[in-house]
Amino acid sequence: MKREPESRIRLFLTLMLSTFKISAFTFGGGYVIVPLMQKKFVEELKWIDEEEMLDLVAIAQSSPGPIAINASLLIGYRMAGIAGAITTAFGTVMPPFIIMSVVSVFYIAFRDNRIVSAVLKAMQAAVAAVILDVVINMAHNIIKDRRIFSVLIMISAFAVSVVFNMNVIFIVLICGAIGALFMRPDKDTTKEKTK
Amino acid sequence: MIYLQVFLSFLQIGLFSFGGGYAALPLIQNQTVYTHNWLTMTEFADIVTISQMTPGPIAINAATFTGMRLAGLWGAAAATLGCVLPSTIICIILAKLYYKYREMSIMKGIMNGLRPAVVAMIASAGLSIMIQALYPNRGISFTAENLDFIAITIFIATLLVLRIFKLNQITVMAAAGILGGAAYLLIH
Repeated sequence: MKREPESRIRLFLTLMLSTFKISAFTFGGGYVIVPLMQKKFVEELKWIDEEEMLDLVAIAQSSPGPIAINASLLIGYRMAGIAGAITTAFGTVMPPFIIMSVVSVFYIAFRDNRIVSAVLKAMQAAVAAVILDVVINMAHNIIKDRRIFSVLIMISAFAVSVVFNMNVIFIVLICGAIGALFMRPDKDTTKEKTK
Repeated sequence: MIYLQVFLSFLQIGLFSFGGGYAALPLIQNQTVYTHNWLTMTEFADIVTISQMTPGPIAINAATFTGMRLAGLWGAAAATLGCVLPSTIICIILAKLYYKYREMSIMKGIMNGLRPAVVAMIASAGLSIMIQALYPNRGISFTAENLDFIAITIFIATLLVLRIFKLNQITVMAAAGILGGAAYLLIH
């Protein structure tokens, strides 16, 4: 698939700017980037579908390092190969890099500033709502497929992670194994597409 | 040479922190506080606090902060590069494998198993952020006084705006920060 040089530049520019913007709003840990990426790359730009997005997040979890960086790298790689991965990784790293460089100099003033902490506290509540919004959509799509195993995995993975605080690596390994054993398309007996 | 030292230190952190976010904390503490004495325990605790207040992965925040303290902007760049390099290489290899084999039945099975788990993980991360935001003084006693009513109002308003009007998330978050921040300053 050859692209025109001009549209290639535009592709890299879009990759860089969208990951930069998304990363600047990834408050509260790696997973927050998933809803933002989902909105941008799946719903807005329509570059990939939701299933592929979830696959990329699963790969991001299976690799070491920050999930936000990994998910960006994978989107970049998917869209424009290794150069794309480097572009999106750069776009994702820059906001925290710039902010932390400045904050490291004034960090005590920053940490104790009332206005800063009020705005950030308010944003944390908004972040929780953003995640819930996307989780509702994603869970709806899983349930809509009417696969018993999918729904069971979703509920039990949520339970073990909330109640037992189980490390994601174990959850990934166990669910991947369940999938390999029972959810292969050629021997899939679990899919009941009944009306 | 200090640049090489921070680079190698954060390379190890990047390589061995599976499971994201807080899984990296003990590794960062070990490298920066115990092994190299680059940071005091108080500075390390401050990094954790500031990381919760600023965007971006905690490992990147810690790398930038430590590198900056030790050797200025180039130190920060060396540490951050070290932190990201292992992910970059490993993710590209995994992505190559995924796109090569994703039509295989077993690969489809594995992905079918992982997809609902990913949704569950995002939900679980969301739940802990929600508890942290809406009920910050938990653990003392379960009373309504410990609930943060401004945060609850922001949470519900944001959710309604997102679900009904489908506005851009980043715009909504910025607006919530400004309006909610003003509410906190006025009321407290």
